[in-house]
Amino acid sequence: MSDLREKPRTPRTWRDAQIVQLTLVRFREFLREPEALFWVFIFPVLLTAGLGLAFRSKPEDTAIVAVVTAAGHAPPDIEALLSKSKNVVVHAMTADSAMEALRNSKVALVAVQDASGSVSYKYDPARDESRTARLIVDNALQHAAGRVEPVATTDDYVTALGSRYVDFLVPGLLGMNLLGSGVWGLGFALVDLRRKRLLKRLIATPMSRAQFFTSFLISRLAVLTLEVIALVGFGVLVFHVPLRGSIGSLMFIAVFGALSFSGLGLLVGTRAKTVEAVSGLANAIMLPMWVLSGTFFSASHFPDVMQPFVRALPLTAVNDALRANMLQGASLTAVMPQLGVIAFWVVVCYAVALKLFRWK
Amino acid sequence: MPPAALTVRALRKSYGDVIAVDGLDLDVGAQECFGLLGPNGAGKTTTIEICEGLVDRDSGDVEMLGRTWESDAKGLRQRIGISLQETQLSDKLTVRETLALFRSFYEHPHDVNEVLAQVQLEEKADARIVTLSGGQKQRLAVACALIGDPELLFLDEPTTGLDPQSRRQMWDLIDKFRAAGHSIVLTTHYMDEAERLCDRIAIVDHGKVIARGTPAELIASLGAEQMIEFASAGTAPFDLNELRKLDGIIDARLDAGTYSLQASKLHLAVPALLAFLTAHGAPLTELKTHSATLEDVFVSLTGRHLRDE
Repeated sequence: MSDLREKPRTPRTWRDAQIVQLTLVRFREFLREPEALFWVFIFPVLLTAGLGLAFRSKPEDTAIVAVVTAAGHAPPDIEALLSKSKNVVVHAMTADSAMEALRNSKVALVAVQDASGSVSYKYDPARDESRTARLIVDNALQHAAGRVEPVATTDDYVTALGSRYVDFLVPGLLGMNLLGSGVWGLGFALVDLRRKRLLKRLIATPMSRAQFFTSFLISRLAVLTLEVIALVGFGVLVFHVPLRGSIGSLMFIAVFGALSFSGLGLLVGTRAKTVEAVSGLANAIMLPMWVLSGTFFSASHFPDVMQPFVRALPLTAVNDALRANMLQGASLTAVMPQLGVIAFWVVVCYAVALKLFRWK
Repeated sequence: MPPAALTVRALRKSYGDVIAVDGLDLDVGAQECFGLLGPNGAGKTTTIEICEGLVDRDSGDVEMLGRTWESDAKGLRQRIGISLQETQLSDKLTVRETLALFRSFYEHPHDVNEVLAQVQLEEKADARIVTLSGGQKQRLAVACALIGDPELLFLDEPTTGLDPQSRRQMWDLIDKFRAAGHSIVLTTHYMDEAERLCDRIAIVDHGKVIARGTPAELIASLGAEQMIEFASAGTAPFDLNELRKLDGIIDARLDAGTYSLQASKLHLAVPALLAFLTAHGAPLTELKTHSATLEDVFVSLTGRHLRDE
């Protein structure tokens, strides 16, 4: 035995340290799992793109109108007059096909000119776009026919970045993504190790249990940095989502939030022995938060009586803090209440999980 | 005199109403290869996992390499190597990455390449584990046990489920480790494996050691060097006591239509048996003789075969 102990060995480098090896294993397992890469990086970007496009703010100052004129009517020629306006798209139609087009929403308004030359508008007053079209078309027609405006006006458009749906959505999706990758990343990996009896094999070695858990947190930290860059970068470049707060504060909120979500994942992975059990637990934790925590719509829509509960959820705190940072430029001091909620979850999750964790 | 590799005294463990280990004693000397032989469910794995520090015992004492789990758990983990039954190493890692991980846990580990050579996995060093055969995976599991340069190696069913060639490779590997002066405790339900590898054996059944000694001693304890098995087309079963009185025969049993006789003197026993059958007018349909094995020892002690489940 002793002769083997004394024989020269390759000197150890930093790569031989167990924290390095444990962390490398976490990275390798993640990078060699194409599905995980999809759910963590590609899916949230696709979701942002899809929802951002579907709910984009549409310009509503263009009216599509069907014009029906009686044969040999008195002047003016409203089709020619309306065609001059850049805000109006004119389709000349027969009476029947015009009403058909109105019913099918192909046009917002039908303008009918009778033999005397006067015009009547046909539309459903319950439709916003029809009411708007009536105002635009009538205005364009009267103006083209020679009405002189008593007061000179001009339009000066302001597109309010930061108040669009996509601006609301991106921080929420970031929060949701951090939750998903935290709970799955830890919960699933731990149960997989336990199921394969590899956890048992590892504790039979002199492995440091603290370094084992630390390796999970280090790899989460690295992956979450990429998650933030991918999702926020996409939002900023494609949808011009504002980044009004400091990037440092944004990263701090993301890291601190992810730490609490990893704690939830650790809690999920403390005892579960099968993948099915961990899936059920993870979904039971995440689904209510997706609905309640203001990811896709504001959590303030829920009744007052539910608000204390909704506000106490970690995802609500993370979403609110991310939005305050990105959209309002809030400092970390301004989001202290949210950081307090996150800190509470961090302490509770890790204390309970490390107490309950089953190695064998 | 180095301390004993492993000393177990009055070990007990139950799971609810099921008694897995029932007052078991073991003594494994330094540089010895010691085998726990017994059928599935005999308590071998529970015993070995208690020794490995993976299962808590109900009572009894376990001392290894002059240490106990209570006095020096850290030192023990540095000094023992373990191969569990049915551990699945991570499929997505390569052989080399897996060994590098295990290597990082130890204070005085071997080099990865050195251990790869020992277990003959150099060609597979950069292959993912998912691509390995059963025998290669099992050798990698042993490599993970060897990488920390252990003084005592625990192997739980190291060749279960392996094809004959992989089994022989595993045996060679165990021989080499032992030749280097280390101690081994292994469990098996293959009697040929125990005979081939072990200096001493404890036969375990129902959580107790029912016999112990070298393979030769255990076989000698039968008092029979040879076994005779025969079957006859005769209608009525023979009286086993009459068979036992025949010249050169020590014991007889009937098992699924085949009579099994322990013989001390084959040259007397076979003619006596043939005469007996002729006298009974019973034609012989099958007759086999073989040297007594550990299997016969187990059957003689328990009335059951090792492979019965």
